[in-house]
Amino acid sequence: MTRTNPVLADIAIHVDGDKRQLSVDTRTTLLDALRDQLGVTSPKKGCDHGQCGACTVLLDGRRVVSCLALAVANDGAEIVTAQGLADGDDLHPVQQAFLDRDGLQCGYCTPGQVCSAVGMLREVQEGWPSHVTGDLAAPVELTDEEIRERMSGNLCRCGAYANIVAAIREAAE
Amino acid sequence: MKPFEYVRADDATQAVAMVAERPNARFLGGGTNLVDHMKLGLVEPELLVDVTALPFNRVEPLPDGGVRIGAAVRNSDLAANPLVRQNYPVLAAALLSGASGQLRNLATTGGNLVQRTRCPYFQTLYTPCNKREPGSGCSAITGHNREHAILGASQACVATHPSDMAVALTALGATVRVLGPAGERVVPIGELNRLPGDEPHQDTTLNHGELITAVDLPALPLAKRSAYYKVRDRASYAFAQVSAAIAVDIHSGVVRDVRVALGGVAHKPWRAHRAEALLRGAPATEDVFRAAADAELAEAKPLSDNGFKVPMVRNTLVSVLRRLAREH
Ligand SMILES: Cc1cc2nc3c(=O)[nH]c(=O)nc-3n(C[C@H](O)[C@H](O)[C@H](O)COP(=O)(O)OP(=O)(O)OC[C@H]3O[C@@H](n4cnc5c(N)ncnc54)[C@H](O)[C@@H]3O)c2cc1C
Ligand code: SF4
Ligand code: FES
Ligand code: FES
Repeated sequence: MTRTNPVLADIAIHVDGDKRQLSVDTRTTLLDALRDQLGVTSPKKGCDHGQCGACTVLLDGRRVVSCLALAVANDGAEIVTAQGLADGDDLHPVQQAFLDRDGLQCGYCTPGQVCSAVGMLREVQEGWPSHVTGDLAAPVELTDEEIRERMSGNLCRCGAYANIVAAIREAAE
Repeated sequence: MKPFEYVRADDATQAVAMVAERPNARFLGGGTNLVDHMKLGLVEPELLVDVTALPFNRVEPLPDGGVRIGAAVRNSDLAANPLVRQNYPVLAAALLSGASGQLRNLATTGGNLVQRTRCPYFQTLYTPCNKREPGSGCSAITGHNREHAILGASQACVATHPSDMAVALTALGATVRVLGPAGERVVPIGELNRLPGDEPHQDTTLNHGELITAVDLPALPLAKRSAYYKVRDRASYAFAQVSAAIAVDIHSGVVRDVRVALGGVAHKPWRAHRAEALLRGAPATEDVFRAAADAELAEAKPLSDNGFKVPMVRNTLVSVLRRLAREH
């Protein structure tokens, strides 16, 4: 027997520093809850199937795709979107580098790229290897090849990749 | 998507009971496969039991020198784990070759093992597929089958298993710890996934309601010299056309012991027993590597679009073995 009535759940999540309480249909993804229920529209819906990275947010400090995460499963979570990265009028260094290096064209993929880059740089700081790291036991050096591999989950239909790599390299320095 | 109830489990026995008693209930890991399938309409669970908060989130050394990996450990944490990187590089490399950073931060060890095929006919509701709808036929056998199996397939299904991690675990001879309504059991990794036969809708040998709680890696010194090589259409962020997980111990030019598993070639990660048998005790030369690959591929049955996989497997096996032999 399948149910027909929606199942609702009350959850509380911290979004870009604010505690938000909301009632969600269990079917709601984190992405839809942010965009449609909370009006936080910086995470974008590209594919809705985990394939493009446009919906990337930081969930408890880690980058994830928000289109395959259920809102109800993230009760109590701390979420930072591209919107919440800046400190007042001071942009986050990764955001500033995207501007300085023209790391965008239409800008649709950009909030996801920026959140992904912030999460990725933390992973590098933690010493996490990647698919292109030669010696898995050695410290990681953030070459352009490493940046490309680690950012491969973020697609850009405008093909701004060259400048995205340059921006991330600059932000990492 | 059909409405469903959601429960965050804090007790494994209760989680198992909740799912076991309702045929249409499912465990939820990171959701990167299940939520996708729910959006596509492939599955319509009435209850999701979230198992990510269960106390299975650690990677711990075992007294016998092996390692226990909790089922809720995220793929990214497992790949970054120092013990895994040191002692089982093939596993770290396989994980790092899969999906993307954002997905690996969500995906769990348990969910990764139970993920379903990427066969395009399975992933849409509009084409016949014996795996999705038993008895409806297989669209891939006569259709697009470039990504499909060359070993162990059946007339009913030619799909491949998509996991990279599982190929490494197969080479390592891992064991899967499972909790069911009747208690715990241990499943050798080679018996977790099945060949399609007449029942391609059954991906695994798990019964409904059985929860993977951990994966145990045996103490395996030769795994320190191990590698994962993945051949795919793009340099990154693509599923394997073919992959190989290999660990080898070579002494004085002779193969003392070896483990080989293949990905992208069958309905389950393929342990290459024939290649292993030929390699063990033989000189570590290119001719021997080639003969071992040919022995494994003797019964390969390529489909209309995937004949390239036969030489691709052969070349992959030879080149990875050659590289590991050089490092000795
Ligand atoms: C765009 C994209 C690209 C990808 N590329 C790759 C790739 O290159 N290589 C690769 O290997 N994978 C790839 N993946 C697949 C990814 O690795 C899997 O989706 C992931 O590992 C599944 O884990 P999960 O925890 O999210 O599982 P879920 O989606 O939560 O669950 C998957 C299945 O496992 C069951 N389950 C979950 N936990 C347990 C448990 N403890 N015991 C028993 N059953 C359980 C669920 O009921 C469900 O049936 C890709 C996925 C996407 C979306
Ligand atoms: S190969 Fe298997 S999964 Fe693909 S269409 Fe045929 S039966 Fe379905
Ligand atoms: S919208 Fe989430 S990955 Fe594309
Ligand atoms: S800038 Fe247009 S999609 Fe990336």
